[in-house]
This record gives sequence, structure tokens and C-alpha cells, in this order.
Amino acid sequence: MMLIPCPWCGPRDESEFHYGGQAGVAYPADPAALSDEEWAKYLFFRDNPKGPFRERWSHSAGCRRWFNLVRDTVTNEVLS
Amino acid sequence: MAGPVGTRPAPGGDLPEHPDRLWRNPAPKASYDVIVVGGGGHGLATAYYLAKNHGITNVAVLERGWLAGGNMARNTTIIRSNYLWDESAGIYEHSLKLWESLEQELDYPILFSQRGVLNLAHSLQDVRDSVRRVHANRLNGVDAEWLTPAQVKEVCPIVNISPDVRYPVHGATYQPRAGIAKHDYVAWGYARAADALGVDLIQHCEVQGLQISNGRVTGVHTNLGTIGAGKVALSAAGHTSVVAATAGIDLPLQSHPLQALVSELLEPVHPTVVMSNAVHVYVSQAHKGELVMGAGIDTWNGYGQRGAFHIIERQMSAALELFPVFARAHVLRTWGGIVDVTPDASPIVGLAPVENLYLNCGWGTGGFKATPGVGWCYAHTVAHGEPHPLNAPFSLERFVSGALVDEHGAAAVAH
Repeated sequence: MMLIPCPWCGPRDESEFHYGGQAGVAYPADPAALSDEEWAKYLFFRDNPKGPFRERWSHSAGCRRWFNLVRDTVTNEVLS
Repeated sequence: MAGPVGTRPAPGGDLPEHPDRLWRNPAPKASYDVIVVGGGGHGLATAYYLAKNHGITNVAVLERGWLAGGNMARNTTIIRSNYLWDESAGIYEHSLKLWESLEQELDYPILFSQRGVLNLAHSLQDVRDSVRRVHANRLNGVDAEWLTPAQVKEVCPIVNISPDVRYPVHGATYQPRAGIAKHDYVAWGYARAADALGVDLIQHCEVQGLQISNGRVTGVHTNLGTIGAGKVALSAAGHTSVVAATAGIDLPLQSHPLQALVSELLEPVHPTVVMSNAVHVYVSQAHKGELVMGAGIDTWNGYGQRGAFHIIERQMSAALELFPVFARAHVLRTWGGIVDVTPDASPIVGLAPVENLYLNCGWGTGGFKATPGVGWCYAHTVAHGEPHPLNAPFSLERFVSGALVDEHGAAAVAH
């Protein structure tokens, strides 16, 4: 089990958190202008790196706040 | 064994001869007609059917580790075809039919045991969905029955059907033709048969990049040098994103750890396969006697082939509620594999955005059962440069067109 550093509550067990996937995926600025390909990219395509990954977590069984983390997807080491 | 040191046989010297090797261990040639990236079950089956069905024998399977040491060695060996949607039923039922004669086809024992699968229903909604799936299965020629709790107990006497538990068993779907097979033997059978047809199986050969010129793949860069290829067929499961990224190809895949475990060896107590979507566990008993159990995926992306312990704990508590008889059994071993999951929980099998490159990925938690079927269809896709009718619905384009094959929650088990 990972120990995840919540910026507000400090390090807590992974089981208190909810995973949110890749961080920084913004809602399209002008949704009506998107092509089918662009919609597909926004809805279905996410980075899947082997190594450092900037991702979202929610401390759902704690303070319930969302935050970003950089984690190595091989070692689970939290990098920042 | 007593005697002067000088007269003793060398350690191991009194052992019998090493058995015959099942396949050669060739060095890679400069180029091949087809390179299959990934020497797991799917890659080996694809190479076999390329040679057997299509006469394409100048083929190499490149494996970065040892043959069938990834998910092929880590799955829970369950084979079934009771999927809801027509597209899924098509390819999984084709696969199940191939399983039924695979031992003869490969002339190799695979211990395929059609002991049936029960998919339990724990709520009114589960019951409705399950009965709907039984009807859908029958319309697609897939054997399926709806069983009451009493009938569940007849098929599998150790299941707890008492109503006073958190997730009572309200019934189950039953596919009698489902079962298990010995995953290693399946891989070895395909490897041996492919090798005999001239396919080069090359281990410890990691594909580090795709060689592309003018929008067409022409080979692969590996730790053993560059190898030319007329066509390249990816079959790298959880690492597909990594290989595709070397060519700048984005795929709608997320790689997650998926864990499983076995108990110590026990007397035969479990005659079938039991799966429960709601409490997230699936259990069978292997031929040797160990209980084999799988869980759901760890939610986060990961490539480390291991998951979190609380997933195992949850899985154990679910198993114990369903099977109180397991209370004294010990966990012998747990492990993880890396599964690549798509947004609609269906695989991607077909053409890639680069010419002469082919995709077989996104099987998520359910790839083992598809091994013969996808090998058959993917080989056809690679040989003809266009999808086999059974894998045509599983194109990459479906994520743009919207024609998804949404098996999330419809596949009898969560992904």
C-alpha cells in the first residue's frame, strides 16, 4: 500500500484516496468547434507513461480535496 | 552415497538427460516478413496461425523477457464466452470453439477442463442484468442458463447461499462449456507448434523503437540491433503504450496492476469456476489443488507488476463470505500483472495509424480466454492487411466514430 502525501493532511494510507488519472486535462475552450477526432482525444486518450506521471488524487476518506502528484508508475515513488 | 570424494559423480551427474527442447533458440535474422512484438499467449498464437492458416513462416516473435512470462503466466486461466454484446460473443465464442479442439490442434496437453462458470447475482439489478445476458448469449449460440440459488448450490456445493450475508446469492448465470486450462502449457504448445513451422522465437529481445519511413513501418530497433520487417504486429499487452509511443502513436490505453493469488494445495473441493462482479472475486481450483483467485485492478496506473495489499484483503474477505469453507486455507503466493484497459473495456485489434503496423491490445483483465481466437483473427488481419470480420468491430477508429463495444459491467465481471 502506498503512503500518499495529502498536501492538507500529510501522509495517509492509499486506501483513503480516490484516483483521478492524468492531471491537467482541461475542458475544451470551445467545445462546439471540436472535430470528432479532437473529441475522441479529449474523452478517451490519456497519457500512459512508464515512469514519472502527473496525476490527480482525491483524499476522499479524509479532507475530500483534490490535488496533483508526480508518481513513478514503476516504483510508485512520489516525486513531487 | 558414501565413498571417496574422487569416485562420486559430479553434482547432478546422476540425473537423467535433459528433456528435448520444445523450441529452438535462434539468433534474429536481418529481417522477417512479419515481426510479432510480444511473446505471450497472443503473440505466440498469432505467429502459429500466421504460419498454419496463411503460409507466412518467415516470422519472428520478439519477447523482452522470457517466453510467456508476462500476463500469460499471471492470469487466473478462466475461459468463457458469456459476454453480452454480439461483437464480444462473436470473438470469444470463436475462441472457445478453438479451445475445444486445441489439444489435438497443437498435439500438446493443455489440461483444458470444461467445468463451467457461475457468475453470481447479488442484487435485483444483478438478476435482471444476468437474465438479460443469458438470453443474449442464447441468441448468439453461446450456452447459458439462469440458475436459482438452490441450483447454484447443486453445481457448487461450497457456495454460501444463506440469505443473512451482506451480498446474498440471488442466483447465477451458468455457462457449462466454460472452464480453465493450464496457461503455461498453452503457451508452450503454441510455441512448440509455431517453432516447428519455422517461426523464430527470440527471447530477451526488447523492442525499443519502431523504424518508420514515409509513414510505413519497416522494422524494429531492439537491444539486439535493428531487425527489418515487412509488417509489425504489436501484441505487448500492458506495455503497448510504451512501444507505440516510440512511433508517436497515442492509444486510448491505461496500464494497471491486476493481482491474483493462490492458496496452498487442497483436496478437490471446488468443482467449477465462480465469479462475482459485485464482491469482486473469482475463484477456481487448479488441477494440482490450489485455489486460484483474482481481484479487480488497482485503480492507479502502474507498470510495477505488483499492487496494493488492501486489494488482496478485500478480495479475501469477499471470497470468505462466499466460501466459508476457505476460512482455514492459507495464501501461498500473490502476484500482479500489468493489464492495458480501454475506455469501453473491449480490446483494440486491427490496423494502426502507420502502414504495415497492426494493433492487438486493450484486452484488460480478459485476454487469456481469447488467446486462440485472437491469434486466429489477428493473424488474418496481418496476413490480409484488413481486419477479420470478428475483430472488425474492435478497431481503433471506434473511439472517434463512437461505435464503442461497451462491456463495462456487461461482461459478467468488472474490468
